[in-house]
Amino acid sequence: MELERANLLQIYRFMRLTRVMEDRIRTLFLQGRIVGGVYTAQGHEATTVGAAMTLHDGDCIVPQHRDLGMHIVRGVSPRSIMCQWLARGNSPTLGRDGQMHIGDMHAGVVPMISMLGASLPVACGVALTMKMRKRSNVALASCGDGATNTGSFHEALNFASSQKLPLVFVIENNGYAYSTPTSKQFAIQNLADRALAYGMPGQSVDGNDVFAVIEAVGKAVERARNGQGPSLVECKTFRVRGHSEADKADYVPAELRAEWLAKDPIQRFADYLFRYDILTENINAKIEAEIKAIINDAVNFAEHSPAPDGATVSDYVYAPNGPIAIVGEPDADNPQYINAFDSRTGQPFSIVDKAEEAVGRR
Amino acid sequence: MNDKKVTYLEAIGQAIREEMLRDEAVFLLGEDVGAYGGAFKVSAGLQNEFGVDRVIDTPMSEAAIIGSAVGSALMGMRPIAEMQFIDFITCGFDQIINMASKMYWRAGMPVSMVIRGPSGGGTKGGPFHSSSPEAWFFHSPGMKVVVPSTTYDAKGMLKAAIRDNNPVLYLEHKLLYRMPELREELPTDDYIVPLGKAIVRREGEDMTILTYGAMVHQCLKAARILEEADDLEVEVLDLRSLAPLDRETIQESVKRTNKVLIVHEDTLTGGIGAELSAILAQDLFEYLDGPITRVAAPDVPFPYAPQLEAAFLPDADKILVAARELAAY
Ligand SMILES: Cc1ncc(C[n+]2csc(CCOP(=O)(O)OP(=O)(O)O)c2C)c(N)n1
Ligand SMILES: [Mg+2]
Repeated sequence: MELERANLLQIYRFMRLTRVMEDRIRTLFLQGRIVGGVYTAQGHEATTVGAAMTLHDGDCIVPQHRDLGMHIVRGVSPRSIMCQWLARGNSPTLGRDGQMHIGDMHAGVVPMISMLGASLPVACGVALTMKMRKRSNVALASCGDGATNTGSFHEALNFASSQKLPLVFVIENNGYAYSTPTSKQFAIQNLADRALAYGMPGQSVDGNDVFAVIEAVGKAVERARNGQGPSLVECKTFRVRGHSEADKADYVPAELRAEWLAKDPIQRFADYLFRYDILTENINAKIEAEIKAIINDAVNFAEHSPAPDGATVSDYVYAPNGPIAIVGEPDADNPQYINAFDSRTGQPFSIVDKAEEAVGRR
Repeated sequence: MNDKKVTYLEAIGQAIREEMLRDEAVFLLGEDVGAYGGAFKVSAGLQNEFGVDRVIDTPMSEAAIIGSAVGSALMGMRPIAEMQFIDFITCGFDQIINMASKMYWRAGMPVSMVIRGPSGGGTKGGPFHSSSPEAWFFHSPGMKVVVPSTTYDAKGMLKAAIRDNNPVLYLEHKLLYRMPELREELPTDDYIVPLGKAIVRREGEDMTILTYGAMVHQCLKAARILEEADDLEVEVLDLRSLAPLDRETIQESVKRTNKVLIVHEDTLTGGIGAELSAILAQDLFEYLDGPITRVAAPDVPFPYAPQLEAAFLPDADKILVAARELAAY
């Protein structure tokens, strides 16, 4: 993948936006304005943003709880993300679910559930459809080191491989599953080796090096796009904060954390960009100001959005019957189709910027 | 404050510890249960005391946690399998339904294991950290299902569950874990609360409320208000063991009060209340002076936003409305 100057700056901007947004989410949590658990992904930005940068229109991500960066790259709007965190009635889940459990099939985002690993078989179904419909699209599914220990992970890898699906598995190995270090989770050194057992290529890369991530995931995506089947990329990174914001993570050795903090993916990338004069103090200040404005706007918007009405709690448990479009095909947004829009609200799905406009969120 | 008092959560930890001391076949396995002491710190200190072989940190693999508990139980061990949140029990569902619960019936081999974990809502946990999964397992012959509501029961029932030779699902309500009102001083001697015995938490002649788990406390609150404001004497019966179910105590109470209100946090349709209603309708038809009434969560997934959660969860106010209507019948 050729990375031009503008593209590099865009990647940097996405990484910063992800970081700053999570910092803000943490502040909101500390202020008691987010009531549920808060999971952030400081240190994952090269992996999440880099991986998502390899995708094209019509591709699909199947992200997990630390993948804000993927959502941002794929165009999910900061406003809808903040509405979700603050459990607003106009959030993508109408306040019914929390955290990054949001999605929109038309925008190519499958909403996760808390059961980690459970999304991977679903990613197979998305990729299977792309293959059946002879599209040149791919699905990219991520999971943590912990999730590679679920049966769902192994079934999904085998299924994808045996069906030769256009699917890329990205493992975000951040050293821990909650308090459990990888050494207590599995007896191999590289999770990429798991690919071998299923007859697909596997590669381990430095997950804090955005170039390495883009190269490895990009290669896997191209392979999938060319009909050569799934691949696995393990991005080795580190969870430099607690499992959740309620976790002090004193089980992580201080030196280990310090070592990884020194390898901060954003700082590394910034150093590179400055070195080659791609990023200048001027451009940087502009990017930071822009990001600040975006986030202020999103938080402000969410805070002024209505809370869900308790009286709606029993609404929309079953979808209405009627014609269903095959997502991603011409006419799939024709309102004659039940899944062309959010039939709970009668509005377009609204997690990406474009659709937000249609629901008057902009 | 009496510092001999312990919380519901500490009582659970004590039960595990004492049973591990008493019987070397007892061990604990689950995610982050070791040095970390579990997501809620139920097993704090246990790995230090018993070592990594008896307090086992597992990978995030519920099917393997439950399945290996079954295997070790077949070998004569008494595993306690912890689900970090009880919601994740679904990932090991097959091992429970098809492996554990049918084993004795089809092969004559006891499966002496406990599956336990934090259940229930009221903590803004959303759809995947708030569930009350009792009905799925209540419906599975071979399973025992228990739901302690007090600190005394938390300890005594867990000990009984560990000593039981059947797979027991032991549901801890996370809202009760550190509730100050539930702190109590426990007997210093070993004791158990036998599975299958309900208990009357409050006596009354006007109506019986059948309930369990955290809802016991909402029902007691409602009963106090009904006494003060409505002059009604409401009996609150804490089922605490759903399978086996103490039909005798239910019958004895309802024969006296002639009216029944059933309250549970789980959703309505196909819930525990449905079976209780059927039992009452069949066994006590002539004794009933009013419709069997249920208060339960509506038939929707557990919602996240505080406003939705409040609308969803049964509470003393909703119980009051139903109880008054039933009393006036
Ligand atoms: C199936 C399942 N079991 C247990 C949990 C509880 N839990 C939440 S996150 C987590 C650790 C996840 O580790 P990993 O997959 O490495 O992702 P990370 O949080 O490190 O990004 C656990 C055990 C869960 N979410 N899903
Ligand atoms: Mg991890």
